[in-house]
Amino acid sequence: MTDLALEASATLGGLGALRNPDAVLRIPHLPEEVESVPTDDETMIVNMGPQHPSTHGVLRVMLELQGETVLRAKPVIGYLHTGMEKTAEDLTYIQGATNVTRMDYLAPLFNELVFSMATEKLLGVEVPPRATWIRMLMCELNRISSHSLWMATNGMDLGALSMMIYGIRERESVLAFFEKVTGLRMNHNYIRPGGVAADLPAGWRDDVLRIIDAYPARLADYDTLLTGQPIWHQRTEGVGFITAEECIALGVTGPILRSTGVPWDLRRDSPYLAYDQVTFDVITGSYGDSFDRYAIRLNEIRESLGIVRQILEKMPTGDYRVQDKKVTPPPRGRIDESMEALIHHFKIFTEGFKVPEGEVYVAVESPRGELGCYLVSDGTSKPYRLHIRAPSFVNLQALPHMMAGGLIADGVAVISTLDPVMGEVDR
Amino acid sequence: MPSAAPGVSLDDPGGTDSDGAESVALPPEMFGAPLTFSRGQLVVHPDPAGYLAVMGAIYSDGYRMAVDLCGVDRLLAPAADLPDGVAPGRFEVVVNVVSIDDRRRLRVRVQLPAEAPRLPSLFALYPGTEAMEREVYDFFGIVFGDHPDLSRILMPDDWEGHPLRKDYSLGRIPVQFKGTPPPR
Repeated sequence: MTDLALEASATLGGLGALRNPDAVLRIPHLPEEVESVPTDDETMIVNMGPQHPSTHGVLRVMLELQGETVLRAKPVIGYLHTGMEKTAEDLTYIQGATNVTRMDYLAPLFNELVFSMATEKLLGVEVPPRATWIRMLMCELNRISSHSLWMATNGMDLGALSMMIYGIRERESVLAFFEKVTGLRMNHNYIRPGGVAADLPAGWRDDVLRIIDAYPARLADYDTLLTGQPIWHQRTEGVGFITAEECIALGVTGPILRSTGVPWDLRRDSPYLAYDQVTFDVITGSYGDSFDRYAIRLNEIRESLGIVRQILEKMPTGDYRVQDKKVTPPPRGRIDESMEALIHHFKIFTEGFKVPEGEVYVAVESPRGELGCYLVSDGTSKPYRLHIRAPSFVNLQALPHMMAGGLIADGVAVISTLDPVMGEVDR
Repeated sequence: MPSAAPGVSLDDPGGTDSDGAESVALPPEMFGAPLTFSRGQLVVHPDPAGYLAVMGAIYSDGYRMAVDLCGVDRLLAPAADLPDGVAPGRFEVVVNVVSIDDRRRLRVRVQLPAEAPRLPSLFALYPGTEAMEREVYDFFGIVFGDHPDLSRILMPDDWEGHPLRKDYSLGRIPVQFKGTPPPR
């Protein structure tokens, strides 16, 4: 770092800066108002995004620069806001999963999972073991595909263009399996309150084995391609540094928190589904820089592959959805022979099922951190209030603190390793 | 095998063991505010005046991370699950805090009146609530005192109204784009 950068990070970085309102650039973001803000001649304010290839969607960052050094930054969001929390209040619990799955579009199954778990908790319904394990299988594969795409885009942002092709290839192999199981590559609406939409198709075991057998050797290749490469080290080591105290104060979770050495992973620390019956390591870093965040995601793919292998061994037989007539529609075969089953089917899909009054907060570990769902029911068949605690939304607050004192070119590495998904940030 | 000691966490995000949690002896108060159980999860109900003091006590008790802060408009369904002595209000602010060291979770629910809903900001205590409080202000019009930058975060700056309020009419407001040229 240059002397200037050291000085800037000394005055603007650190834990005290979190509670200093001036550590974040706070200027109005309408152009006509900006011109009235006095700036001295040494600094200038540059706008990055919302249309910028490295911002992964429509993220806009306002940067206060002194030469090449970022003094302060301000993320401006909302460009992808579509009012999904409001929409959710108009959809029944059965339709709800189709809405939330579009939030974090790189890890849609986690959104469906957290919504379904919140609904089931309000209902007091316990899903059968096979449904639980299918959910775990799909979520871990989704974590692999999400981290693969992250490796692809991160490589692209830092100039390792071949990594982009490889990462997307790996993701595609998982998405092909998702398409076979759920019918769609993304936005599956597969995990629903009460279980999953359908049982795994014939031959699923071979498909999964093909994915997890091919992956480790390729991961070793990517390790050689990136981890051992001096340019990669120089672009990522010490860049976008953050401490554990800062992460906790800012509510930052997921790989960013773990990169600072805090072993906080909800799969281990408050086990949901059947994560207490599989073994895996929680990967942590020690420096909290971009390289640690890269290494953590790389190794989390390895851990997920291990979890998937254990799931293959332990997958129980039985129902894939709860046999509670209030929640689950009758099987297709019954509809042809029974008028009552037809009425029942019609009622569930038009009116939905009623959920007892109450409020509940449920959290799962998504690839980006703690994905929470705060659900309030007023006893009808539609949620009274659905709030999704999106990890990217909260993690994005760390961006000004991670960028402060760094170079503008490193800002791209910081945004990339923060891994925000704008669909989830803006909801 | 990861060593999550069983029974450490009162909250059980995925399970359905609310029956088990009901049997835990429950003090009527925690941090000087009434305490309830909701589906096995601890909920504290401070009044708006004592909100900051209760949050300070919660912070001192080890809950160092505020994972979530959101609003609820109770216009159509006043909260029925409140303890004695807590009057339901039109708005509710819900804060979820976590203690990472001993894996505990806690929820704080504050009732706010329909007229000029206002709370002190948690920014000095939990800097991470900054964006969440902006979101609540944006969607519900709840004002957080001493917030460093209380402005709209997801809706456009010139938007009128607070769209997650229950009396905000749906589908009757034309789509507003900034700088749209007038029709010919």
